Amino acid sequence: MATAPTTSSTRHTSARGDQHRLPAIDLSVQIGGRTLPNPLMTASGCAANGKELHRFFDVSQLGAFVTKSVMGGPRSGRGTPRMAETPSGMLNSIGLQGPGIHAFVKDDLRWLKSVGARAMVSIAGSSSGEYAEVAAVLRASDAFDAVVGVEVNISCPNVANRGLVFACDPLAAAKVIALVREKLPRDIPVLAKLSPDVTDIVEVARSCVKAGADGLVMINTLLGMVIDTDRLRPQLAGVTGGLSGPGIRPVAVRAIWQVHAAMLEGRLPTVPIVGVGGVRTGDDALQMVAAGASAVQVGTATFNDPRAPHRVLHELAHALATRGFPGIHDAIGIAHTRLDPQR
Amino acid sequence: MTEPVAGRIPQVAGELIATRRVGAYQHMTFVAPGIAELARPGQFVAFAVGGQTSANLLRRCFSIHRVSPSGTYGGTVEVVVAAKGPGTQWLAALRPHDGVDIVGPLGRAFPLPKEPVPCVLVGGGYGSAPLFWLATQLRERGCPVEMVLGAASEDRLFGVVEARRSAGAVTVTTDDGSVGTRGWVSDVLPEVIRRSGSAVVYGCGPMGMLESITRVAGAEGAVAQVAVEESMACGIGVCMTCVMPVTGNDGVTRMVRSCVEGPIFRGDRIRWESFESGWGRVPADAVGAPARGGH
Ligand SMILES: Cc1cc2nc3c(=O)[nH]c(=O)nc-3n(C[C@H](O)[C@H](O)[C@H](O)COP(=O)(O)O)c2cc1C
Ligand code: FES
Repeated sequence: MATAPTTSSTRHTSARGDQHRLPAIDLSVQIGGRTLPNPLMTASGCAANGKELHRFFDVSQLGAFVTKSVMGGPRSGRGTPRMAETPSGMLNSIGLQGPGIHAFVKDDLRWLKSVGARAMVSIAGSSSGEYAEVAAVLRASDAFDAVVGVEVNISCPNVANRGLVFACDPLAAAKVIALVREKLPRDIPVLAKLSPDVTDIVEVARSCVKAGADGLVMINTLLGMVIDTDRLRPQLAGVTGGLSGPGIRPVAVRAIWQVHAAMLEGRLPTVPIVGVGGVRTGDDALQMVAAGASAVQVGTATFNDPRAPHRVLHELAHALATRGFPGIHDAIGIAHTRLDPQR
Repeated sequence: MTEPVAGRIPQVAGELIATRRVGAYQHMTFVAPGIAELARPGQFVAFAVGGQTSANLLRRCFSIHRVSPSGTYGGTVEVVVAAKGPGTQWLAALRPHDGVDIVGPLGRAFPLPKEPVPCVLVGGGYGSAPLFWLATQLRERGCPVEMVLGAASEDRLFGVVEARRSAGAVTVTTDDGSVGTRGWVSDVLPEVIRRSGSAVVYGCGPMGMLESITRVAGAEGAVAQVAVEESMACGIGVCMTCVMPVTGNDGVTRMVRSCVEGPIFRGDRIRWESFESGWGRVPADAVGAPARGGH
């Protein structure tokens, strides 16, 4: 049944195809004391530490490269199965597998620096002390000048509080942020990454900003579960897992909206919000910007399209340019100004 | 891992040019410029399924059955698809001229022996797909090749005719005895290794079969090189879902990604005792393993 192919569909879509110019609008964003050339980032845990994606696009072109959350020592992560596909997304339970901060700064951070990437280092811990220690080792490393920010993954169980995740406990979250803030120079922004699995995300956000967070990253995965109906048991070895992908995007947009609205109302100090959760296209990213995000991360979509972070950057830039925005800044939170006054 | 070069792994808009039912499987040929030229036996390709707005986001990975770098229409890549879920069913139902996004070649290839030693190639079900291409390369290096193909039943064997062209001798087993010897590949393998004097056994198929191949090869003094099949979400090393416990040259066990450090491993390096009833556990001595009662 061999037939001749239609030539147009055999076009090569490798990295070269993406090098077309970004439209001439101001894409730069300010986070804490840092200015990033554009708002696109990878999402922690969805891009490893750079080498793998660099085979698909130049990771130094992103506003920042967010690394996999790293803890004090090496971690094997959980057993398998570690994932299940879900409608427009997936469930994962990796268990923060990683080399530990010492190996990370020696290998991964040095490599990111060598290719000129701006590293946003995601750190994790099982006690507030571990977060602080990880930040201190990072600070002391020789490639620290490649770091443009530290993202604090507070969706980790706190061993001191019967495994309650820091992100669900405003006081514990604040303590972690304050300790990490202390360990890092002022010009390095500290961002708190929030969990959507809370009753009032604004309260946790306020707590983190008051403790010194220079920005907020929203959202981490939602806790979920899948049953394998052949074996009638949980599909993941870890039983529950984190839900991600386009299926959770409305939850992320809602969280960004609520926190940005609270900032507009003066209920918490205004800091930049980094949107994450289900972004697959430039249009998705634009939703987050309009809801109040200054920057956007692409996570699960990268598994579907390895060049997604780079592609979404171009798509977002074009989406902004087509709508006549001179810069991304003019679009941040714009949806808040367009509500029906009679609502 | 060798130093990455920006943009080195092709991601192409592939086009299906031939598709054919073979027993329980679909044998599919795609024009995939750039991939065929780089691929070696044992590597795989990752397909996006369901089109650009698909709700099935995870890539479906397939061992490369064969490549033709200089086909009439540009390089082609062939895969053998067992349609068992929504993604593979979508793929198997594609018609000629349909497009699909393909990334590859990915993973490590089968290591080839430096000397022209005899080899046995063992395939379970559609796991035999990459072995014919491997057989050709081995024979080009002067290695005598025998093949063993096994499956549950005749319709689940793949490539018996092709095996007879690619190998000096072929042994077939089926669980139900519908063709060949009734039983498992591990029942006939000791005799095949001994008769051929094989130094290397290459295997591709389900995990249980790979474990028995490794055990038999070890007992007969041969090295097993096996291609594992762990479920993969990305295929490119960024998600950490495809890990398994493997012992390195330094004697230390780590949870390694089968998509980038594999899919080919020396059989005796895999910690087979960690696999049970569909679970893959972390051995207590693996680097960074959770302390008992910890985490
Ligand atoms: C496989 C996987 C691993 C992840 N690992 C981390 C991690 O180590 N640290 C973290 O803060 N978030 C982690 N996340 C969450 C993502 O960074 C992101 O917040 C979430 O997936 C939602 O975005 P997405 O829908 O674009 O993936 C992980 C997500 C996935 C799917
Ligand atoms: S499949 Fe994603 S890391 Fe291997």
